[in-house]
Amino acid sequence: MSNHWTDVVNADVILTIGGNPAENHPAVFIHVTRAQLQGAKLIHVDPRFTRTSAKADLYAPMRSGTDISFMSGLIKYVLDDIEANPDNYNLTYIQEYTNASFLVNPDFKGPVELDGLFSDYAGSLNEMDNAKRKYNRTQKLDSWQTIPETWGYQTDANGAPKRDKTLQDPNCVFQIMKRQYDKFTPEMVSRVCGTPPDKFLEVARTFTASGKPGKSGTILYAMGTTQHTYGTQNIRSYVMLQMLLGNIGLAGGGINAMRGESNVQGSTDHCLLYHILPGYLPVFQDVDTSLDAYLTRVTPTTNMPNSLNYWSNRPKYVVSLLKAWYGDAATEGNGFGFDFLPKIEAGKNYSWIPLFEAMHSGTIKGCFCWGQNPAVGGPHSTLERRALHELDWLVVSDLWHTETADFWHRPGVDPSAIKTEVFLLPAANSFEKEGSVTNSGRMAQWRYKAADGPAESREDTWMIDRIMRRLKELYDQEGGPSAESITQLTWDFGDPPNPRTMAKEINGYDLTTGKLLDSFGDLKADGSTTSGNWLYCNSYVEPEKEPDAPIPGNRMSRRDRTPGPFEINMHPNWAWVWPLNRRIIYNRASVDLDGVPWDQDRPVIWWRNEEWVGDVPDGAAPPMNQGGYLPFIMKPDGVGLFYGPGLADGPLPWHYEPWESPIDNPVSKQQLDPAFHIFRPAERADRQQFPIVGTTYRVSEHWLGGQMSRNSPWLNQMMPEPFMEMSEELAAEKGIDNGDYAIVSSTRGDVKMKTVVTKRFRPFEVGGQTVHQIGVVWHWGYVGLSTGDSGNILTPHEGDANTTIPEYKAFLCDVRKA
Amino acid sequence: MAKDTDRAILFDSTLCMACRGCQAACKEWNETDEDFLPSDTTMDGSYENPPNTSIHTWLLIEFNEVDDSDSFRWLFNRRSCMHCTNAGCVLVCPTGALFHHDLGFVSYNKDICTGCGYCVSACPFNVPRLSESTANIFRKQDKCTFCTTAGLDRISQGWQPACVKSCPPRALRSGNWADMVAYGKDRVQTLQGQGHGKAHLYGEKELDGLHVLYVLDDAPEVYRLPSNPEIPAVATIDNEILTPVGLGIFVAGAFGLGINYFVARANAVRETEKEKEKEKEKEQ
Ligand code: SF4
Ligand code: SF4
Repeated sequence: MSNHWTDVVNADVILTIGGNPAENHPAVFIHVTRAQLQGAKLIHVDPRFTRTSAKADLYAPMRSGTDISFMSGLIKYVLDDIEANPDNYNLTYIQEYTNASFLVNPDFKGPVELDGLFSDYAGSLNEMDNAKRKYNRTQKLDSWQTIPETWGYQTDANGAPKRDKTLQDPNCVFQIMKRQYDKFTPEMVSRVCGTPPDKFLEVARTFTASGKPGKSGTILYAMGTTQHTYGTQNIRSYVMLQMLLGNIGLAGGGINAMRGESNVQGSTDHCLLYHILPGYLPVFQDVDTSLDAYLTRVTPTTNMPNSLNYWSNRPKYVVSLLKAWYGDAATEGNGFGFDFLPKIEAGKNYSWIPLFEAMHSGTIKGCFCWGQNPAVGGPHSTLERRALHELDWLVVSDLWHTETADFWHRPGVDPSAIKTEVFLLPAANSFEKEGSVTNSGRMAQWRYKAADGPAESREDTWMIDRIMRRLKELYDQEGGPSAESITQLTWDFGDPPNPRTMAKEINGYDLTTGKLLDSFGDLKADGSTTSGNWLYCNSYVEPEKEPDAPIPGNRMSRRDRTPGPFEINMHPNWAWVWPLNRRIIYNRASVDLDGVPWDQDRPVIWWRNEEWVGDVPDGAAPPMNQGGYLPFIMKPDGVGLFYGPGLADGPLPWHYEPWESPIDNPVSKQQLDPAFHIFRPAERADRQQFPIVGTTYRVSEHWLGGQMSRNSPWLNQMMPEPFMEMSEELAAEKGIDNGDYAIVSSTRGDVKMKTVVTKRFRPFEVGGQTVHQIGVVWHWGYVGLSTGDSGNILTPHEGDANTTIPEYKAFLCDVRKA
Repeated sequence: MAKDTDRAILFDSTLCMACRGCQAACKEWNETDEDFLPSDTTMDGSYENPPNTSIHTWLLIEFNEVDDSDSFRWLFNRRSCMHCTNAGCVLVCPTGALFHHDLGFVSYNKDICTGCGYCVSACPFNVPRLSESTANIFRKQDKCTFCTTAGLDRISQGWQPACVKSCPPRALRSGNWADMVAYGKDRVQTLQGQGHGKAHLYGEKELDGLHVLYVLDDAPEVYRLPSNPEIPAVATIDNEILTPVGLGIFVAGAFGLGINYFVARANAVRETEKEKEKEKEKEQ
């Protein structure tokens, strides 16, 4: 989240799209409710009418996978309205704080001219050869990004992007957007999304009213947005709308991902994903011949005047991280330990789908699986369960027996034919251990141990500590590839490992004084500081710096409820938020060039008497008119990006159809996102055979892979078995009555579930054709008190062009009465 | 009438998101259905489950799909004891097992329930439930006790009822009856100002004041609630006859058959009334 949960109350209008907070984030829905009680309007855009829609002031249906068209319609609505009613928008924001004014290479061509492609595409229209499903990246954008030749900016004598702040130059981003989105009239949106034009217009009018200076609107989204082959572009389209409305950086604004688990944000911050190290530092690759070469590759530069280019500090964070890992063994001579570490192959994808493909093909031999249940939660369950057979060993750490731990004796398999050795480590749950949990709002909250876990259950850190100690012994004795990465690791968290010691290491130390650091501003690239995660530097300081915290010095333990500056519910002394306890990031965009808030009723920061008051500003420099810098400090050029040439599949979002879609792309000949890697071409459904759109989701009563909820009698009682939902029209067509069992099939497999026939699902009229959509829940599996099929048996093994997140949310299937 | 200082729960249906935290919390706190197995129920085409209230389910969240010509709505309601001031169940209960708590709501002492079942027929909201044992002597009624079951009494601890405590959007609140009425009226006024013309407070006047007040967004029937709840005539008529008989059974445990006759009769009357109501609804 760019903002945080308690900030939602500041919004005048809340748009929830690709998410279902009332059902999947019920505990924090109170913040939406509070906003509504103060008069905010809640809009819900979703393929089905959910418990969130029930609470919304306005609901608009949208076929799964058509977010970009919906947003393109809203963007066009705003672009047109800006001309008619310029006073309703914050033009200064657009002109000064975004790249709308940047001039692009005149040779750049977009999807309107090229049938859905951008210039410099390696393949031809509807290319299916993975080697050519990409744009040719031959030109350096800056020191660390290469882009297609025609996608670059026109630059001045200093190499800075040329700008036309009147936004009139035909090659400026603003005009390119106008051309690109021009065809997205309400009727066109309706043809693609199936949203009735009047509903679309109602959404447009209601949400874009937040563009007026003094108003704000927020977007809350979740997996319905991200889990598409163009999920990243879905999010980008939301961000573009928010920038056009001047909503980023404002109280009650922002672009806010609702995390589906209490500590997902924390796990991403601490490098759950393969391509990053803690604190979003790019992972080391085999092309990085030395630490210096790596730092040059990953440290952005800019020629833009007034840009802070915050990531230019990256070397300090990398070296401090290595110092935290390798202590005295990290010296300048060995790149502070860089030389010890294994490197990933440049350009190779190590994300979820390819990992399971590699297990399936026998390349990966062992797997540690902590607190997750891929046999239920992963896409294409049959394939991923089968992939586990190919492992030599599998370690599962969980509270319960899970489908993953018990895959070897699941229904229909012969245990004696499976060679995998499986270890199930009984884990303590989150209330049975101490530590921090970081929620969607980047808020790290310290928690205490409430009770001991049952029997022999242990904290994850205890398990990791034991494993690491043994590994160190073995590598000491036997050596091995990259042995020093393990033998040289500092490892002194106590026995049992102390979470406070770990949290301090994450914060970091000044090695000269031995004291905990106050701020990542103090980190150095010379090896004199440590920090296990620069973003968390400032979370755990010397006790005298934060004496009143329940654990002195540990800011995450603070529990002061006072609302804080300007009474906008920032609660600055409740726990701690990264970075530096900044509650709203990009908050310099909430003020004008003189540092005066656009919204003086709900200011975030304010330049008064030569200093900033309010939230922790994005850097202490004075406002722009007094020599300060541009607000989007994490972007090399300091501005918000409408035009994002760094993306794999195009600098501006464009409507593509899901990997499996019931219709031809109504807006251009290019059917699919042109740059995602196709893993399983043979499994693509035939429309005639599988004419129905399927999507997957969760319900309030169950929790993710189901281990925790399907073992609770009260929750099972409320949702006793898996089910699918469909419209009355489709049910009539298929001869299915409410409550019957039915079978849904895709090219991946079949699931048998109860049906809920409901008016909450309606067929979509798209391009003169009726498209049916059904939904299946996925919480279930074959272990636990309540068992049944997981909806993920149906979902494809294909993923997003930029992140490879699987496309769970739109696929083709058929349904019949069981 | 309910007293201002009585304790009440307010359920704001416009804020309820049907997460059913309250339904689960009620069971968890009151230790019912702990051994429930998934095979004991099925998904029958509605989120609403179990299908009805029971001795184990004192609180059930109901899901109502309402399809008007111009809009579709999914309305959620909390079905449980209303804790009436003029409470049919208390009126007919021969042993005093059901009784008005000092704070106005209807508490229950299960130990002295004889399982006569009068309350079942006397409740305008069809709340009390009997265990299935055929012998009256082992049969017991169960319903919401406003979290005052002996040994599990939250109210005397100064705590909120478990359902209220669990409610994330604070659709459930609890406090003095007068405060809840005032809060409810305020909400209704706001809702009306926002164009919810049918918003109203249910329970202030009904049966001399319910101790569970409802902010509703439409007519009570849309939420499966009676517009004019009345204690069934049979309960008031039979009261004088039934009470001594019921007491008799508590003392001697010998009049089983006779009691069953009365209860069966009362139930039959109730059923016919219900049928009639349904017919009427259909006609409309
Ligand atoms: S709702 Fe029924 S059980 Fe509850 S107090 Fe009223 S009459 Fe008694
Ligand atoms: S806990 Fe609150 S929101 Fe959830 S179902 Fe109960 S009353 Fe509704």
